[in-house]
Amino acid sequence: MSLLLERIRKSYREPGGNRIPVLGIQRFAMNQGEQVALIGASGGGKTTLLNIISGILTPDSGRVVVDGSDIAAKQEVVRDRFRAAKIGIVFQTFNLLPAFSALENVLLGMSFSGRGVDRAFAKQLLERVGLGHRLHHSPQKLSVGEQQRVAVARSLANKPVLLLADEPTANVDLANQQLILDLIRDTCRDHNVTLLMVTHSSDVAGTFARVENLKDFNRPELCLQEQSV
Amino acid sequence: MNLISIAWKSLKQRRLASCLTAFSIALGVMLMVLVLVMFGAVDSAFTQRSIAYDLIVGPKGSDLQLVLSAVYRMQPPIENLPYLYLEQMKNDRRVISAVPLAFGDVTQEGSFPIIGTTPEYFENDYMPGRAFKIRGTRVNGLLDTIIGYEVARKNGWDIGSSFTIVHGGAESGHVHDEKFVVVAVLAPTGTANDRTVFLNLEGFYAIAGHSKPVAEVEKRLRDFYAADPERLAAAMTQIEAFRKAETEEAGAAHNHAHHHHHETPDAMKEVTAILIKTRPEAPFDSLSLTSQLQTGYQAMAVNPVRPIQKLVTGLLGNIQKALVALTGIIILVSGVGIFVSIYNSMADRRREIGIMRALGARRMHVFGIVLSESTLLCVGGGLLGWFIGHSLAVIAAPWLIEKTGLLINPWAVNPWEATLFPILVGLAALVGFLPAMTAYRTNVADALSS
Ligand SMILES: Nc1ncnc2c1ncn2[C@@H]1O[C@H](COP(=O)(O)OP(=O)(O)OP(=O)(O)O)[C@@H](O)[C@H]1O
Ligand SMILES: [Mg+2]
Repeated sequence: MSLLLERIRKSYREPGGNRIPVLGIQRFAMNQGEQVALIGASGGGKTTLLNIISGILTPDSGRVVVDGSDIAAKQEVVRDRFRAAKIGIVFQTFNLLPAFSALENVLLGMSFSGRGVDRAFAKQLLERVGLGHRLHHSPQKLSVGEQQRVAVARSLANKPVLLLADEPTANVDLANQQLILDLIRDTCRDHNVTLLMVTHSSDVAGTFARVENLKDFNRPELCLQEQSV
Repeated sequence: MNLISIAWKSLKQRRLASCLTAFSIALGVMLMVLVLVMFGAVDSAFTQRSIAYDLIVGPKGSDLQLVLSAVYRMQPPIENLPYLYLEQMKNDRRVISAVPLAFGDVTQEGSFPIIGTTPEYFENDYMPGRAFKIRGTRVNGLLDTIIGYEVARKNGWDIGSSFTIVHGGAESGHVHDEKFVVVAVLAPTGTANDRTVFLNLEGFYAIAGHSKPVAEVEKRLRDFYAADPERLAAAMTQIEAFRKAETEEAGAAHNHAHHHHHETPDAMKEVTAILIKTRPEAPFDSLSLTSQLQTGYQAMAVNPVRPIQKLVTGLLGNIQKALVALTGIIILVSGVGIFVSIYNSMADRRREIGIMRALGARRMHVFGIVLSESTLLCVGGGLLGWFIGHSLAVIAAPWLIEKTGLLINPWAVNPWEATLFPILVGLAALVGFLPAMTAYRTNVADALSS
């Protein structure tokens, strides 16, 4: 198993002190190399869930097992290192650092893993996303679609076991949308990377063998029940 | 990519602000370097042992003036000592070398001081452990001279050049008739010797107008040897003999131009100062000599360094401190500029920091990146300023050497400069800390959703 969530509870605390329950997930699992489309209403907690899986956020309680280790139980520095080494992330927009060229953005993805940078592999990834000729362009000189392709290349820079994509094609024109989607899915398949992709588009979701709607397995009210116990 | 190169990229992103702030640091450091180089030159010229003699003996008066004239040749001499006294010094068992200096004239071209001395002057080191290097032949004739490096360079003289001298400072305008000839040139020494023309003491006495009226010399001797009747009597015998010879000569109606053809007795001769070396194995000799001179004759012995050292460290030292403090304030203010620049940029960089953290950067990484930025600006600006400062010193050195006679070493690194860079690193840490903390504390999930 590549990803396993057990008894996840997450609520946000408002400045006034009120708790906003967001996630109450009893169990969610993905196999190694599996590809899942995650859909759900806006504000439903999809981004929160991805942040918990990547270790950017910690759940109030529950286990987040990625590649055999429960990262929710680990300290922040350990989660950071783990994320650098094992998890690739693609956001909706503005994934890239403007001060760095396309190639440098990919190298940057490598530089925090502690394994050193591999320029040849970075170039190879950019070639793979069709940007082999734009290695030294700065993000401002690339279209949104091209920027997303760089982001995809960067997310795979450390050969992750798990790729988290949060609406990666939401701001991209149709032609690029399909291209980027294919890129992500094909490269994940090639490298046996588990893929969890949040999308609002039923077209996109329709291409996945497994589609999960967050509301089907998320019961935020569980946070409140446990709190009252 | 390491943190420094990441920091460098983000500085390049904010090129204008980065350049301006680094440059303001550079300006402060440059000014500091210039102050230190200049004062360093003054300092090394006056406070280090720039002369290999232990004592300077001169007529009673201002010790500062004696040192300025005998060592630095910046002041005309006040009074003279009897030549007989030089002999007395040479016979003192505590003295291993006593070298006379006689001066008062300057070259017509360039106003370089003329000094009469003995070959021993060049046999002794000019600085501890540094011997004169002389190109040319020995001084034989009365009009033969050895010139310092600067004299040769400035006046375009070399061996074989001839020149005239002016009596009693360039202003008096009385040009002597004698044509002097350069027979040797000194290698640069970095001392006042570079700006001096030397001739033999005999040559100096031979210059027309250097012999004083007998009555004046007699009065001087009486004053000088007031406490030593024995030596006074010996001197007076010589004076009387000379006076007799002179009147006879006048009676013979000799031509004026020939009047110095006969031998002048030692009692009639004077020297301006005597440089003394005492036995190195007996460090108290110079002390006992000093105190003895204080009481015995109308003479005094001074340490060749101390009077100036007092002046330099006292007065100039404080000015230097004030100027260094001022440049320090400029650097500090520039540091505040760096703080403002980086701190302002932090708001725009929230998402960038969030992305780096999402890529696996730890809090310490983003903290380090921001701290590296302030360090690059402070230390980079500092290095730039240091380099510009010393380069300006290189450019200005010849002019300053010419104007002040100070030997400027434009690349001399003052100990203060060595501490400057640790201080700049400290400043960088200080001004980078708050923005770095902002980066450190950035909430990744929030930063990514913005
Ligand atoms: N830092 C926070 N503090 C308080 N509430 C938050 C915080 N972050 C998110 N929320 C709330 O948690 C809920 C889930 O947010 P989240 O961003 O995970 O939803 P989402 O499913 O990704 O929505 P969308 O589809 O619009 O991206 C929302 O109601 C949101 O307002
Ligand atoms: Mg979302």
